[in-house]
Formats: sequence, C-alpha cells, structure tokens
Amino acid sequence: MDWGYILSVMVTSAFGVEAIVFGLAAIGVNMQFGYTGLLNFGQSAFMAVGGYAVAVTVVELGLNFWIGVVIGLVVTVLLALLLGVPTLRLRADYLAIVTIAASEIVRLLVRSVTFKDFFGGSDGQQSFAGGFFAMSPLAQDLSLRIGPVVLNNRQIFVLIVGWGLVLLGCLVVWLMVRSPWGRVLKGIREDEDAVRSLGKNVYLYKMQSLIIGGLFGAIAGYVYAVGNEAVSPDFFGTDTTFFVYAIVILGGAARVFGPVLGTVIFWAVIQGTDVFLRSAIDIGVPVISLMNGTQAAVVRFMLVGLGIMLLMIFRPQGILGDRKELALDAR
Amino acid sequence: MPDSPDPTGSRRDAAVRALADVPRTPGAPKPDPILVADSVTRRFGGLTAVDVEHVEIQRGAITALIGPNGAGKTTFFNLLTGFDIPDSGSWLFNGKDLAGIPAYKVARLGMIRTFQLTKALSKMTVLENMRLGATGQQGERLLASMFGFLWGAQEKGITSKADELLKRFNMHGKRDDFAGEMSGGQRKLLEMARALMTDPEMVMLDEPMAGVNPALTQSLLEHIKNLREEGMTVLFVEHDMDMVRDISDWVIVMAQGKVIAEGPPDEVMRDEAVIVAYLGGHHDKALTSTGVSFTEEADQ
Repeated sequence: MDWGYILSVMVTSAFGVEAIVFGLAAIGVNMQFGYTGLLNFGQSAFMAVGGYAVAVTVVELGLNFWIGVVIGLVVTVLLALLLGVPTLRLRADYLAIVTIAASEIVRLLVRSVTFKDFFGGSDGQQSFAGGFFAMSPLAQDLSLRIGPVVLNNRQIFVLIVGWGLVLLGCLVVWLMVRSPWGRVLKGIREDEDAVRSLGKNVYLYKMQSLIIGGLFGAIAGYVYAVGNEAVSPDFFGTDTTFFVYAIVILGGAARVFGPVLGTVIFWAVIQGTDVFLRSAIDIGVPVISLMNGTQAAVVRFMLVGLGIMLLMIFRPQGILGDRKELALDAR
Repeated sequence: MPDSPDPTGSRRDAAVRALADVPRTPGAPKPDPILVADSVTRRFGGLTAVDVEHVEIQRGAITALIGPNGAGKTTFFNLLTGFDIPDSGSWLFNGKDLAGIPAYKVARLGMIRTFQLTKALSKMTVLENMRLGATGQQGERLLASMFGFLWGAQEKGITSKADELLKRFNMHGKRDDFAGEMSGGQRKLLEMARALMTDPEMVMLDEPMAGVNPALTQSLLEHIKNLREEGMTVLFVEHDMDMVRDISDWVIVMAQGKVIAEGPPDEVMRDEAVIVAYLGGHHDKALTSTGVSFTEEADQ
C-alpha cells in the first residue's frame, strides 16, 4: 500500500479549501453554540447566502465581485434577524427548528426551476471569481507540488487568503470572548434568567451572537464559491451543517482554536480513510476488498461517526475542551 | 431612641418606628413606600395564582412575604420583577410604572432579585460571576469588546469592587474556583453578593435560606440585615418563621393569591387569619408543635 500517497492526501485535505470552508463555518457555530448556547442548525443557509451573493451579483447582475461580498454580508444580517426575531425570546429548541427549516428553504429556493434564470437551478453558477483572482499578486505560472497533488497559482491564492481569514476569525473571536461581552454570552449559555436578572438585555446579546456566527458562515460561503469557482445548491444541505457541528464538537466547543483543529482532523480523516479503503480494495486486502469503491465512500462516514461516538464517550469535551468544566454540568 | 447607642441597629429602629403607626390591615398605606402595587392578577388557566388588590413596601425596611405553599409568593415576585406578565394590574417602583417593563430594565432601575433555585453560573469562576453583575460596562458593547484598552480600566475597578464584596461574604479564597464547585449555601451567598454588584436600591430574595445549613444561616441573616443598614430595601420570601421573626420589620402574608394580613412579625404570627391559612380552620394543638412555630411558646 502506498502510505506516502495516503499521507499526502491527508495533508492536502487537512489544509485544503474544504477544510477552510468548514473551519470558518465552524468558527461561527462555535460562537453561537459553543459560547452562547444557541442551536443554529441552519449554518448552511448562511453559507449559501455568501456563496450565491457573489455568484449572482457577478453573473446575473454584472456587478463587481466585491459588491457581491457586501451584498452577502447585508443579506446574512437580514437572514439572522429574520430567524432570530421570532425565536430568540423563546426556548433554545425553537431556534433549532426554525433554522433547520430555513436552511432547507434556502437550498430549495436556489435550486428551484422557477428561479433558474437567477440562481442557475440545480447547476448553480460558475465563472464569477475573476474579480477575486485579479487581486492575486502571485505569478501566473506558479505551482506547488505536494505528493501527487499539484496546486496552481489560483488555488494557492485561495489557500493563503482562506487560512488568513481563518486566523483572523480566531483572533476576532478570541478578542470578543475574553471581553465582558463574551462573559455575558457565557452567562447566557448557562442560565439566561440569571443574566437577565442582572440587567443585561439577553435578547440583544443572542441576536448579536447569531449575526456574528452567520457572518462567519457567509465568509465560509465566499471561500467555497471562490475555491471551486462555482456554487451548486446541493452543497448547502443539512449534512453540511452537521459536518460543521461534528467539527466544533471534535475540536472542543467554546475553545477559540477548537474549530480549526476540528476541521483539520475531520478532513484528514475523511479523505484519508477514503484513499486508504480504496487502495486496500485495489490490492485485495481481505474483508475490506469485499466492498467496492462506492461502498467505501459511505463506510468512511460510518467510521467517522464511530470515531465521534468514541470521542463523546471517552473525551466528551472534545480535543481542546476542559473536562472539569464539563463535569460541572451534572449538578 | 433618636440617639441609638448601637449604630448597626439604627436603621432597624428607624424602620420599626416608621412602621409603628401603620394600620395592621392588608394593603395598609406606608409612610414612605418604595413599591406600590395595585390590582395585580395572574391566572394560569382557571387558577388565579395572584390577585393582590393593593400592597405597599416601606423604603429602607426588611419586609417578609410569607404564606403557605401555593400562596402565589414566587409568582408575585416574578410579576414584580418582570419575569412574568400579569393579566392585569400596575405597580410603581420609586413612582415609575413597571407594568410591561422587561426584566432586565427592572434590574437596571435598581430592583434586583435572586432565585429560589440558585442561579450561580457554575461553569464560570466566582470572580467572573461577580464581574458579570456590574452595570454600565463599556466592554459589554459588541464593538468595544474587541478593544481591551476601552474597558480595561473599568474592568480593574469592577474587579476590586468584586474582591471587596467577596471578602465581606468570606468567599475571597474561592474567587478563582468554578461557582459549580461550591456548596449550595455558598452559591446562595454568591448570588446575593453578585446582586450587590449592581448597586441595587431594592433587593428581592426568593427563599434565601432554602437548602442552607444552619452554620451558614446565621451569616446569611447578618448579610441581609447589613443590606438594610446600607440603606437598601429588602423584600424576601421565606418559610422559616424563626428567621422571619429575627430579621423582618414588617410581614406581609399571602394565601391563595391574596394578601390576607400585614403587620410586625410578632403580631402577624398571632393573627387568626394567618394561623387558619397555614393550618386550616380546625387545626388542633398537636399540629402547632410539629415544627411550624407561630407563637413564642412554641419556640421554647
């Protein structure tokens, strides 16, 4: 078996565009779920808003890429207000129900036949990222080889900007959660009535957290759109949201670097098991070679699920979490 | 006694003196009320949990709100502090109508409550719990939060205030422990200390003694008395009659949602309506000696 090949796939996926996209989305969910206790099960909707905002602005409206970015941020705030206004005064589970429904509404809307001329139906939208790559200072013929994977200058630029955004996101989250503002959020996560009784406008703080988390989702959507130079509606399904949650829990909720570590491990394992199982089938390893390649692609998710179950049993606080802090919940 | 030899008891004397001429009837007007409630009702389906026609709370005094289980004391508390919405009624705090005002604004106006089931934030340290109580924090604004230099100085001030309060409540040694690691009684103390971080005018304590061991009870009582000495008004719900007698200047009795009696503790506990409400109209002697003590004799 070609371990060098498997390893290089793991490294390139751990730091690839998908890892960035899910990492940014997870930073947002960490703000909402990890620090504030908000169950936003519609992070994929915010990602879709970001991705489609740039695509539609450039392709259908013929405007500048950066105008699309601004539109995406504005629409994200509006979507967060739309979801938050009726639900944030209620118990946590209402937000979960509303957001998961809203994310499906957004996905079905952008893939609908009715709006095909605008959103591109199930094909999505392509070739809109020119405005972004025009900013690239990298040489046209630049390329980078990692094992069997060759990155061209565009991909390298996306990775640099993407990881820059991830680190910037972590910095912003770190600055915010160490402040008195972050303290109010953590208080709300534990008992919002206690925080309310001390004169804090809990509703406002929850709304702010929902919007900030949503903005990270939209930024993840930009990176997804630019990195693939396309958006397609079916990426923005509920499974994307739940991968994001898996990443947050894996890395450790309410830890600044939890989402980053989570996304790196998640994608290394997901893609690593895939190539491992495929090459095991190719060389005829017993038991594993009973499967075909398609089955193996599904089995890797089972393995990841098993891994997360084991993590929850033996390290429920995630990789970076604090067990002591979690144990206090039992009282 | 205008010149009390004991300075710590001065406010108590003042409160007792101010209330001396108040008629012992439900809804009696007080000389200097901080809180006045009128026809406050709250129904849960067919059950009328609270139906208070008129009640006034004297400023600077410790008022106890007592009554049998289900009398509507906690519901009344929730209504007054904005944690529940009444079906009708109005109530003035310092002359300001609080009906329809959300809980957080009530707190900002200076009326702070604690909870029957203590709400210490267990995954935060004792110090962080305390800091959370401080009002008017610059760093609690979203955009300012990212820039430490905007709130760093204020945070230092808040921390030293929290440290002082923690010392007063004998919890300074625990300031860096998680609140969840503390005992139930200590959490009650923490909740009270945290409420004081807001510099309240009126403190509403919902069963401050529930689940507190006898050793801590005494210090909790002293802390509550100290609130009055610092000029705060205290309204508390309690079941422990000894404690009510010990610290309250005035007692309001509720039963089945209504105020049925008012007066100084000793007089109220001899009130026929109060005894009936607690024990029923046909109670016999054996019942009074089971631990619920209403009279001086039962205490001994």
